[in-house]
Amino acid sequence: MDGIHDVGGMHGFGPIERQVDEPAFHERWEAAVFAMLMAAGRAGATGNADRFRHAIERIDPVAYLSHGYYGRWLGGLETLLIEAGIIEQSDLSARARSLGARPDARIAARPAAAPDRVPAAARADNRRALDNPPRFATGDPVRTSTAVKPGHTRLPRYARGKCGRVVCCHDGWVYPDSHAHGDGEQPSYLYTVAFTGTQLWGADADPNLRVQLDLFEPYLELSDV
Amino acid sequence: MSDHDHHPDEPAIRAEALEHLLVEQGLLDPGDVDTVIATFNERIGPMNGARVVARAWCDPGFRERLLADATAAVAELGIDSGPGGQMEKLVVVENTDAIHNVVVCTLCSCYPWAVLGLPPRWYKSPAYRSRIVREPRSLLAEFGTRLNPDTEIRVWDSSAEVRYLVLPQRPLGTNDLTEAQLAELVTRDAMIGVGRAGAIES
Repeated sequence: MDGIHDVGGMHGFGPIERQVDEPAFHERWEAAVFAMLMAAGRAGATGNADRFRHAIERIDPVAYLSHGYYGRWLGGLETLLIEAGIIEQSDLSARARSLGARPDARIAARPAAAPDRVPAAARADNRRALDNPPRFATGDPVRTSTAVKPGHTRLPRYARGKCGRVVCCHDGWVYPDSHAHGDGEQPSYLYTVAFTGTQLWGADADPNLRVQLDLFEPYLELSDV
Repeated sequence: MSDHDHHPDEPAIRAEALEHLLVEQGLLDPGDVDTVIATFNERIGPMNGARVVARAWCDPGFRERLLADATAAVAELGIDSGPGGQMEKLVVVENTDAIHNVVVCTLCSCYPWAVLGLPPRWYKSPAYRSRIVREPRSLLAEFGTRLNPDTEIRVWDSSAEVRYLVLPQRPLGTNDLTEAQLAELVTRDAMIGVGRAGAIES
């Protein structure tokens, strides 16, 4: 999907803000979100990590940029708990108001009216042995897909329709684009693909830049350059 | 926009409300939160990665195994790469005079938890995620890491389940140090690739 999360290569976010001796969690509530995500997983609400990542991609875009990392997790977690029928959004909003939340506070969660049905993952690992051989070999020139569906994908926007070269194959892995939506594991070969700065950003790019991404076989076609 | 300007307490209050509801439903034990905090403060953090790097600097055989199959090599040091560690497959990439490696996840914030713990805020920020794949040389300079223009910058965008750790260059003048002393020089930033070992941490 063309979502707010897909920020690679965007301009305008400004300098990096750093903090010395940063703690693992800045506030207790951030750790609570972490613990609640684990609890939601045990309750069967999250399905799998791909679905959780997609739930974060679906949250309110303004909240995505303003609520911080654990605020984004919270938005995704709330989305999945509502979609699973474990909580009601109105109950949560009422409870938040009773704790001091403003009535017009921006709500990050965006639960779907007809959510995907995603069974709880049967296993925690994602690597799968495949019987078919990989389509591409190390050194092959490849071009990435330009097809965009509204769902989850791990092909970032900045690497769409670009020519690169296969560096290595990482065997078979669960395919996030189907797994996130309850369409099965559809395991696929995963490749590290190298792109030059010029291939991604044009003639003005850093001449000594190389960007490497891990891309699933369905994202790739052989190219002639 | 003024009606919806971000109020810093908004997610905090909503998280507290959600915690109340899940505790009432019996899905969450409030002690679970303390367990999470203790785990990432004491057990899982960059000290694990620092041990790996220091061992690689001292033991050429280990370094070779680490670069060939990092998941197996870190297990030798008792580091569990399992799904909870967000590190089903770890790849270690080595910095040299010719190539400087740096790691990002532009789509979310994938990170090798088992060796580095939870990522710092800047790693998860849109500023870092947007800029490092496009203008890494100026971004690294903001971290105090100024590279020769001829040095290749190799950016690893963690777009699937493989996680990356940078093996930084061993600082000069450290031949007399023990492995434990060397580990003290290995910063989190050096293992992400935005800093150098022995430099002041961000």
